[in-house]
Amino acid sequence: MGDILQLQQVNKIYTSGGKELSVLENINFSVEAGTTLAIVGPSGSGKTTLLGLCAGLDKPTNGKIWLNGQSIEQLSEDGLAAIRNKYVGFIFQNFQLMPTLTALENVMVPLELRGEKHAKTNAMELLEKVGLANRHHHYPAQLSGGEQQRIAIARAFANKPALLFADEPTGNLDAETSEIIVHLIFDLNRAAGTTLVLVTHDVELAAKTQRIIRLKGGKIEQDSMAVSLNNHA
Amino acid sequence: METSFKNKVSVGWLFKMAWRDSRRSRSRLFLFVLSVITGIAALVAIYSLSNNLNTAINTQAAELLGADIRITTNQPPNKAVQHIIDSLNNESQHAEQRSFASMVVFKKNGGSRLVQVKALQGNYPFYGSLETDPLNAAISFRSQQAALVDATLMLQYNANVGDTIQVGNLNFVIAGKLLNAPGQTGFVTTIAPVVYIPLSYLSETGLLQKGSRVSYQYYFNPIQKQTIDEWVKKHRDFFEKNDANIDSVATQKESTSRYFADLTRFLSLVGFIALILGCMGVASAVNVYIKEKVNSIAVLRCLGVTSYQAFAIYFIQIMMAALLGAILGGLLGIGIQQLLPAVLKNFLPVNVSTAVSWKAVGQGIVIGLIMAILFTFLPLMAIRKISPLLAVRMDFEAKTKQSGSANSIIYVLIALFIWAFAHIQMKNTVQAVQFTIGIGVALLLLSWVARLLRFFVRRFFPTNSSYVVRQALANLYRPNNQTTLLMISIGLGTAFISILMLLQTVLLHRMQITAATNQPNMVLFDVQQDQKSGIDSLAKQVNVPYNNWVPIVNVRISALNGLSANRALSDTNQQVSKWLFRREYRVTYRDTLTNTEKIESGKWEGTYNGTGLPHISMEGNYAKRNGVKLGDTLTFNVQGLLVPTIVGSFRKVDWGNLQTNFLVVFPNHVLESAPQFWVLLTHIQNKHQSALFQQKVLNQFPNVSIIDLAMVLQILDSLLHKIAFVIQFMAGLSICTGIIVFVASVYISKYQRIREVVLLRTLGASSKQIFFINALEYFFLGFLAALTGIILGVIATWLLAVYIFETNFTIQFFPLALLILIICFVTVAIGLLNTRGILKQSPLAVLRNDVL
Repeated sequence: MGDILQLQQVNKIYTSGGKELSVLENINFSVEAGTTLAIVGPSGSGKTTLLGLCAGLDKPTNGKIWLNGQSIEQLSEDGLAAIRNKYVGFIFQNFQLMPTLTALENVMVPLELRGEKHAKTNAMELLEKVGLANRHHHYPAQLSGGEQQRIAIARAFANKPALLFADEPTGNLDAETSEIIVHLIFDLNRAAGTTLVLVTHDVELAAKTQRIIRLKGGKIEQDSMAVSLNNHA
Repeated sequence: METSFKNKVSVGWLFKMAWRDSRRSRSRLFLFVLSVITGIAALVAIYSLSNNLNTAINTQAAELLGADIRITTNQPPNKAVQHIIDSLNNESQHAEQRSFASMVVFKKNGGSRLVQVKALQGNYPFYGSLETDPLNAAISFRSQQAALVDATLMLQYNANVGDTIQVGNLNFVIAGKLLNAPGQTGFVTTIAPVVYIPLSYLSETGLLQKGSRVSYQYYFNPIQKQTIDEWVKKHRDFFEKNDANIDSVATQKESTSRYFADLTRFLSLVGFIALILGCMGVASAVNVYIKEKVNSIAVLRCLGVTSYQAFAIYFIQIMMAALLGAILGGLLGIGIQQLLPAVLKNFLPVNVSTAVSWKAVGQGIVIGLIMAILFTFLPLMAIRKISPLLAVRMDFEAKTKQSGSANSIIYVLIALFIWAFAHIQMKNTVQAVQFTIGIGVALLLLSWVARLLRFFVRRFFPTNSSYVVRQALANLYRPNNQTTLLMISIGLGTAFISILMLLQTVLLHRMQITAATNQPNMVLFDVQQDQKSGIDSLAKQVNVPYNNWVPIVNVRISALNGLSANRALSDTNQQVSKWLFRREYRVTYRDTLTNTEKIESGKWEGTYNGTGLPHISMEGNYAKRNGVKLGDTLTFNVQGLLVPTIVGSFRKVDWGNLQTNFLVVFPNHVLESAPQFWVLLTHIQNKHQSALFQQKVLNQFPNVSIIDLAMVLQILDSLLHKIAFVIQFMAGLSICTGIIVFVASVYISKYQRIREVVLLRTLGASSKQIFFINALEYFFLGFLAALTGIILGVIATWLLAVYIFETNFTIQFFPLALLILIICFVTVAIGLLNTRGILKQSPLAVLRNDVL
């Protein structure tokens, strides 16, 4: 299988109050389709920024990123939006469900954006998979944190993404619920053959992925695949 | 390449998303709606009034004139005009009227008043009627020595039907109260109440003497009506050349429509200001709304919604709300329109129906929608710049402000639309630009003052005061504060009211100053040469000064630099002002300047020494307006005798004083032997002396007219009240908008405040403390907004007083203080009513998130 995500000499510099702040420096790695990857590191190491760049939410200051073979620097904001809709799914730490949409409607949005005719049926199927079909008409405020995250997972898989990005998916949940959510993500991911990129503090969760990239001070401190390749060599 | 990735969103989905997204916010969206309601309502009401007024003028034009044709002259008609009058008399029903100002004396109590006497003969009006109480008095007074007296005047002088009034040398029995007459408005009758007498008794009154200013009116109701307009058109120039005017129903319709078009234009501009105010409220509310939606928008962007689709989702929501507001505004406008004819009844000469004008409703709704769209574009454009990154990083610096150029384009579009609206109303490019700039300056001033006040609160923050005071004051400048918006909405409303109050005070005060000093406060005019000595001795008897006599001679200009009046009036190529030749001048002669005038340019000649031509002095502005220059030769027609003169000087005249002021002043030794009458300027000490002197003068010389400053003050007061009522009504719309915008702003900011109030409560703040923080904040807001409005009002009135009315500026502090107090109270009351829900909110529910 080929690489679904490639980063080449990626830098990200933010300018604030006339001062430049380098958040990511010389990031190079690629992710093979269908694999799982965790990005770990302490707070402020640049994990979320890296996830934002990988998912096409932002553009690097310099360097190149290919998402499913498409170089994202050349794309406009709307071009990126279309790429996200077609290839990318998201799971956020704070669930990020639309508060004014019901559970079902939240899951339907990515399908509707693709112009799918059976958006409702497909969304209901996904709700069933996450075990919340009976709560489809509830608003996010009427659901628990764990339930909200399950809806978010259903939404993330709705457009059958090639790449799934999860940003601290268990960060706001208790241990028991976290376990259920982690199982759900990995099970669905396996079933759909999706590439999973996970950002987390949780070492145990990271250990469930095939590969771990450790960031520190905006640089890759350690890449487990590189380590294992070295070991093999 | 990108096109292949485009999502497949239909317009229908955008509407569906807009509907879904608005679910929890519809009450807030409804508040935007309310902000535009009053502005649109005002426009719909005024347009409806305008349409109905035009219909009324069209259908009632004949009643306005009372006849098919009216010929008017200011002197007995010459032979040529008389010939036409005679021939019309043969072919029509006809009537004749003389009207002039004169004193009437109520015999019962000796009260006297300057009125407009109308001496009538014939069955005028042929259309409409003289409305009287009793009904038959309109007919019966014509055949007896009887009068119809203006109903308000009778009330003022406690007169009843059957009482006697003296008009000149004759006594008339009051046959009835005059309630209404063709073309008459309450406004005009306040200045000059009307008394009708039969024409057959006019000569016996002795009021028609040489030099009296009398208008001669001839009314006709021809049997053949088809050719009237053509005939009138054909003879217009003839009458003009012969110093007469001719009107038909069509010309009356035209001139009345023109006059009222000005009134409705003014009103619609005031209504438009209310709409602008409302739209600013909407823009501000949308701004807050979008800030709250940033997260949802970022998530949508993550899911693949393009920036324009995100923009469209919220644009649709706001437009639907604005459309609802426009429709509700239209309905409210229909309601207000029912009131407008009553509000304007003193100014309207016709009965205006209150039928719904759908055209007006449509116009109001369209204008309201365009304005709302333009204003909401400002905050909505920010949506396009919301980054999807915000969904993963809340600390990401939200780039919600659009580029300067996009903002500038929208501001230019708004200014262009305001200009276009004003231009359609005013039909004058320069005035429309002035209106647009004026609005911009007023809004900028208010927002600058708001900024300045915020700066001072921050700069001189009372760090040692109690927590409650500090928290309330800090709310004025913290992020998402509503200070500027409230400053503008409440401030503009307050400015309107205070200008009105202050101007009324300034104008009345100016008259009162004249009354209090030794300046003349009573004027006797129409005094004949042979009556002068008699009045002198009467003045002596009641100890009234009688040394300020002013002679008046009626003249016309017959040539300017050799160009005769006939040629100037008939030759359309001549560049000189026709008005210069057309009007009659009342001139005087004297050797000194009065204290209300000074020489602007040229040299004052007090006495003509017989060599060369006499040098006259002209009022500078009038000369400039009519193209007269120093050194020009002006030939005057002094009742048949041609008197050539040189324009020797220009004077600046203060017209505001109760003085005799003149456009043209002759030197002594030119007009002394011309037919003339006299005016006496005198000073009366008190009411008693005034009544006594008036009684004595009118007993002996009933043709003399008297103006008493006390009466002028009374009329002025009454007129100001009538005008004030209309302005207050219109200002009321702005204030209503201000209050609604205020309620909306407070309601919307409540959602931003709720979290912090709950946090405060969680940390141990009592409900009482929170209540006082809110009350104080709204008190400060109300106080600062009212103060800003009053400061602007004071500046505007000062400018008006000094530059327009050329008088001293005076302030009465008590009413202004009261105004501030009322506005503070209303602001605090509304603010507290709106935030009472916060105190009831459970802290846990808020902390758990998404209770909104």
